[in-house]
Amino acid sequence: MSEANVTETAPPASRRDSLRTEEMLLNMGPQHPSTHGVLRLVVRTDGEMVRESWPQIGFLHRCFEKIAESLPYAQALPYADRMDYLGSVNNGLAFCLGVEKLGAIEVSERAAHLRVIAAELNRIASHLIAFGTYALDLGAFTPFIYGFREREMAVSILEKLSGGRLLYHYPRIGGVANDLTPEIASDIRAFLVQMRKVWPEYNALLSDNQIFVKRTANVGVVTREQAIAWGFTGPCLRASGVRFDLRKDQPYSLYERFAFDVPIGEGTKGTTGDCWDRYWVRMVEILESCRIVEQALDGIPEGPVLTKVPRVLKLPKGEVYVPCENPRGELGFYIVSDGDPKALRIKSRGPSFCNLSIVNEICRDVLLADVVAILGSIDIVLGEVDR
Amino acid sequence: MDDIILQFHTSAVAVLWPLLSKVPTWITYAVAYSVGGCVVLGWIALMAIVGTYGERRIAGFIQVRYGPNRVGPQGIFQPLADGIKLLCKEDTVPNVANRALFFVAPVLVLLGAMIPFAVLPFSERIVLTNMELALYYVLAFQAIEVIGILMAGWGPGSKWSLYGGMRLAAQMLSYEIPLGLCALVIILLSGSLNLGEIARWQAGPFLGMEHPWIFGWAVFRSPAALIAFFMFYVGGLAATKRAPFDLPEAESELVAGYHTEYAGIRFAFFFMAEYAAMYVVCAMSAILFLGGWHGPIPRPETAEGFEFMKTWSDLIQAGAPGAATFVDRCTLFVSSLWSVVSSNDGIRLIAREAIGAANVVGKSFFLYFVMIWARWTFPRIRIDQVMHLCLKVLLPIGLGCVIWAAVQVVLFPH
Amino acid sequence: MNPREIHTLLKERFGEAVRDWTEPEVGDSSLDLDSGSLHDVCVLLRDDSALRFDFLRLVSAVDRTDRIECVYHLWSYELAHSAALRVELDRSDPRVASLSDVWPTAEWHEREAYDMMGVVFENHPHLHRILLPEDWEGYPLRKDYVAPREYNGLTNE
Repeated sequence: MSEANVTETAPPASRRDSLRTEEMLLNMGPQHPSTHGVLRLVVRTDGEMVRESWPQIGFLHRCFEKIAESLPYAQALPYADRMDYLGSVNNGLAFCLGVEKLGAIEVSERAAHLRVIAAELNRIASHLIAFGTYALDLGAFTPFIYGFREREMAVSILEKLSGGRLLYHYPRIGGVANDLTPEIASDIRAFLVQMRKVWPEYNALLSDNQIFVKRTANVGVVTREQAIAWGFTGPCLRASGVRFDLRKDQPYSLYERFAFDVPIGEGTKGTTGDCWDRYWVRMVEILESCRIVEQALDGIPEGPVLTKVPRVLKLPKGEVYVPCENPRGELGFYIVSDGDPKALRIKSRGPSFCNLSIVNEICRDVLLADVVAILGSIDIVLGEVDR
Repeated sequence: MDDIILQFHTSAVAVLWPLLSKVPTWITYAVAYSVGGCVVLGWIALMAIVGTYGERRIAGFIQVRYGPNRVGPQGIFQPLADGIKLLCKEDTVPNVANRALFFVAPVLVLLGAMIPFAVLPFSERIVLTNMELALYYVLAFQAIEVIGILMAGWGPGSKWSLYGGMRLAAQMLSYEIPLGLCALVIILLSGSLNLGEIARWQAGPFLGMEHPWIFGWAVFRSPAALIAFFMFYVGGLAATKRAPFDLPEAESELVAGYHTEYAGIRFAFFFMAEYAAMYVVCAMSAILFLGGWHGPIPRPETAEGFEFMKTWSDLIQAGAPGAATFVDRCTLFVSSLWSVVSSNDGIRLIAREAIGAANVVGKSFFLYFVMIWARWTFPRIRIDQVMHLCLKVLLPIGLGCVIWAAVQVVLFPH
Repeated sequence: MNPREIHTLLKERFGEAVRDWTEPEVGDSSLDLDSGSLHDVCVLLRDDSALRFDFLRLVSAVDRTDRIECVYHLWSYELAHSAALRVELDRSDPRVASLSDVWPTAEWHEREAYDMMGVVFENHPHLHRILLPEDWEGYPLRKDYVAPREYNGLTNE
């Protein structure tokens, strides 16, 4: 459809000569309502058509990698939490997995189960924000509030579990911070029931709404080849038809024990890999995460939750890269150690950073309103793009 | 209103105050129109107040939250507090602004929204000017608002404003066409451009019924009118730039569109204009398509309405002779009030006008509510889809409706 | 294929350009290459039917104080295997061929490595700073970097 739009809206060549029009350079952001933070998008527009859009990032750069080099591992961990502030548990988990693999630190089964529960609850909370803000980007306010209503429940559970409401610092090197109590377990079960109850409501409100479908289907199509070449990961990659999920294909933290499906984009409302598919994959993942949480809760064994780790943790000389499925895609830390208590180099591979790099490729010859729709469907978190 | 003033001038009041009869008629007219104008201005302000408050409370209800509930009981003074805040805010003007356009734009926009109120009837007699070309006048003067918003788009020198202004100009001018076609359907069927005449036509006999009550409304008289009603309403949503057609101020795309650079009272002008325009669209839909001041509350001047109320109270009384419940007592009260009303000409006139006004305002408010409901439910559509809907969907259907109406008028004159 | 097999295969094709295999004591292994042959090796890695590395996970530059290393992590969706490539660069003038024509995603990763570590990627279409402002001086992630006291009139005292 976006291609059809180009031909419809662009004046024929003969008229282009006689009618003089100017292209305009437009700064979307860093203070713009729908750039999800402080992204600046320089767009070259011809009327309503966007000819080019260059993302300018770095406004939220907080020197994570430099700080992480100058602190012991345990102290660098909270900074990792703060990268993608909507998927905090998943970030901390990725960091811990890297350190544990290099240091050969064992994690008890109970701790691994708790990590899965917290990570999946966080994923649901993150996808609910993605759902809400995407609706907001397209001009529907109400789904945003609805999404926040359920997210509040998930956040409260994580608060009881960890003490934090946004940045949890829950996974620790060698396990998790706190143990599960029966009260929290019953809260989680109540949340799962509520989430499954309102999920069809969300679809009635937004997913199947004709206007929403018209705005998102066939818009911002990313083909399978493009998605792989540009390093798309997570729901965006799966929306383009690649059935790849690190939890299934490179399992970590006992994910291989849980039964769940990996949804992919099938072009239900338009073309495979369009904005609607990216949105829908996230919606289905909410349900799959509910399944995982339920199984983890049922199968959680007794045991300690935190392995004893030396106060001054020295990792052996070596390097490791452990990828981990973050709500936005593949998050991994490349940790290089030279035997000191501090890392020689910690490089983070953030999914938002890589997913954002495609913007100029697909936000070309689309309408201004589509740029907002595409950007929202990629679901970036600027905290992690800029680090 | 002219006849009311004349009556007022010559008869009842002149008896009470003999001095008044010495006053030349033009002074009475001038005073009466000034008072009327002030009342209408007050009504517009009231619409803005009710609109903002209602919108936020209804939005709160839809979104499982409270909405404003702190200023005054249930927060009803919130709009006043907002108004005071807007008045006290610094009036900023961008450096690059074209100051003349920047200052004139909000005034023109508000003016454009106020002009239709001059001919907008609230009831049969409660209308400032009973103009023969009222419908034409309302449609024609909507364009003033377009000019104002184009100025607001260009004036501040902001690219977002320019986008908003251009989108709005495109959208409003396009939607004038289907709006006009829908009005044309009613003009053909009723044979008049006068809003009062159109309302009276809808109370006329239909399908053998002498007093068809709500079945005399235009939407029931012709399928073309029914389709035209929905089109008029949708077109009205677009012309008043309400969601899902709020592209000119699409906050997630254009920051705030044409009023990005406006603050304080100038911003309030745009705001009031929006709510006033919303009311105009709703009231016009109610008058053109939903019988105006006829129904759903029957007016006593029509025998049928009177009979209807009479039968109803009789039935209640027959069913419950003791008048035991509260509802019964209320019904008894209403029916006794009815007999008083129907006995006196003066009271009857006032009651008739009051019920007529209640009908018009009630129906308008219902349509107003639907607008708010839609805003908090739907996502926003895209500019090419807006144009597609207007020029490729509404326009052909509108033309079809006009042809249908024309054929119907020829084949079935009554 | 495991990294060892990939190494053998590359060794057959590129000979001396591929360094000898060293088994790491802990952690991941990597294929050490000559920086000059990196681009050719990557094209082969992407196109060879037995390798099919279609996804470049990340490009990291590591400052080892005596040299700068560039590490490329690869993954193949089709064959589900991974590999890591390593090139060593001269610290005074780190230069290596850009891979943005092999995997477009390299474009931003390389810009970041340039921004933070000062690695110059030859034939990169748009080699500018990405996270820091264009007029920033120095490469912050180098071990000898000293944070400036002042930037455009802003001081951090």
